[in-house]
Amino acid sequence: MIAIIDYDTGNTRNVKKAMDYLNIQNTLSADPAVIGNADGLILPGVGAFGKAVEALKQRQLIPVIKQAAKAGTPILGICLGMQLLFDRSFEFGETPGLGLIPGEVVAIPDDLGVKVPHMGWDQNQVTQTDPIANGFDQEATYFVHSYYVKTQPQYILAESDYGVKIPSIVRNQNVIGMQFHPEKSGRIGLNGLAAFKEVVTNGNYSRN
Amino acid sequence: MLAKRIIPCLDVDHGRVKKGVNFVHLTDVGDPVAIAAAYEKQGADELVFLDITATNEKRPAIVDTIEKVAAQVFMPLTVGGGIHTVADMQRLLKAGADKVAVNSQAVRDPSLISKGAEKFGAQCIVLAIDSKWDPAKQRYTVYVNGGRQATDLDVIEWAKQGVAAGAGELMVTSMDKDGTKSGFDIPLYQKLTVAVNVPIIASGGCGKLTDFNDVFKQTDVDAALAASVFHFGELTIPDVKAALKKDGVTVR
Repeated sequence: MIAIIDYDTGNTRNVKKAMDYLNIQNTLSADPAVIGNADGLILPGVGAFGKAVEALKQRQLIPVIKQAAKAGTPILGICLGMQLLFDRSFEFGETPGLGLIPGEVVAIPDDLGVKVPHMGWDQNQVTQTDPIANGFDQEATYFVHSYYVKTQPQYILAESDYGVKIPSIVRNQNVIGMQFHPEKSGRIGLNGLAAFKEVVTNGNYSRN
Repeated sequence: MLAKRIIPCLDVDHGRVKKGVNFVHLTDVGDPVAIAAAYEKQGADELVFLDITATNEKRPAIVDTIEKVAAQVFMPLTVGGGIHTVADMQRLLKAGADKVAVNSQAVRDPSLISKGAEKFGAQCIVLAIDSKWDPAKQRYTVYVNGGRQATDLDVIEWAKQGVAAGAGELMVTSMDKDGTKSGFDIPLYQKLTVAVNVPIIASGGCGKLTDFNDVFKQTDVDAALAASVFHFGELTIPDVKAALKKDGVTVR
């Protein structure tokens, strides 16, 4: 069973709808016991980094997610949920994240002649072959964000060029992130969710 | 490069798409789910649902509509029409909308924009503006109540004020152009895109393929919205996108 972590953020139900549409067994839950026992976790998220960390703390979910990651449970962070996987964010002051992938979250520079937020359909360039990134090369997905992650190339599977190179799919073993919204990116996005399901089923990752 | 977006707009009345569409062989030409799915297949980048239900007690119908569409169609959905409170926004976002568009009520109470942006993020809040050129005052005037009532507001100033309050996007309809099929209101969007730095959706006036090329080549708008030309099959989204691509405009 894949648990979608329910912590009062905007897009949880749309992620669930997409999983239901794909006939992938899933449950929406904030219960640490359910989340701790799930075969895979999805961490959605829209909004501000600090607020999201607070909401996870209130529900006592941070140690549960960290423990699951350590145990090798596949985790997919979406949009803000992906940013939460990193060490820290500089959105409204510095806030520590989950620290599951090395890197930090910084503002998209607004002096490059691009509009911020980065909102709309933008193209992905796959930088590393991986089952999760399969099918995303030269395909557009739907992005909505004002911050992006800075991390080492070894964790980047795909990126999108928006004045700066924005990592759009990241992976550190069993911990995966998508900066775009796979649940809002048509067939291409749904394929990404299905690929995550395959990782959960096949255990296509190396344990820490 | 961010793709320029092509957005069909559906008028929804009591949960049914008004007048329907006739570009595909739908068995139910007024079914929002079937129409949304057909547009997704055509390559629409986003859908706007405008709730035109006149009676307030029937309003929940749109929430139900969005709930159903969002379970079958996986693309960004914006809903406008009759949004008066943050609670209205919450219901629609929870049902599966990605953005809500506020118009008349935001003019009456601009704090609706900031309250919505604070709670859901600026990216969720679209400020819809109906604009009409006033030759006497030599400016664009904001209209409310479905374009029936003029206000004291200047469109450019109201756009800036809305963005400052937290609107993450503007959807600006030119009443001068709407229904004329004579092309988008290029001067209006040239002024707006210089005045604010949020995405702008151009709406009103498109009748032929080159209208889309013109608005994207001559202004810095991010998206173009149309209704009847798509619904009645006069233009198709693939044709519009092919023409744009040929002209060097980035599309999906």
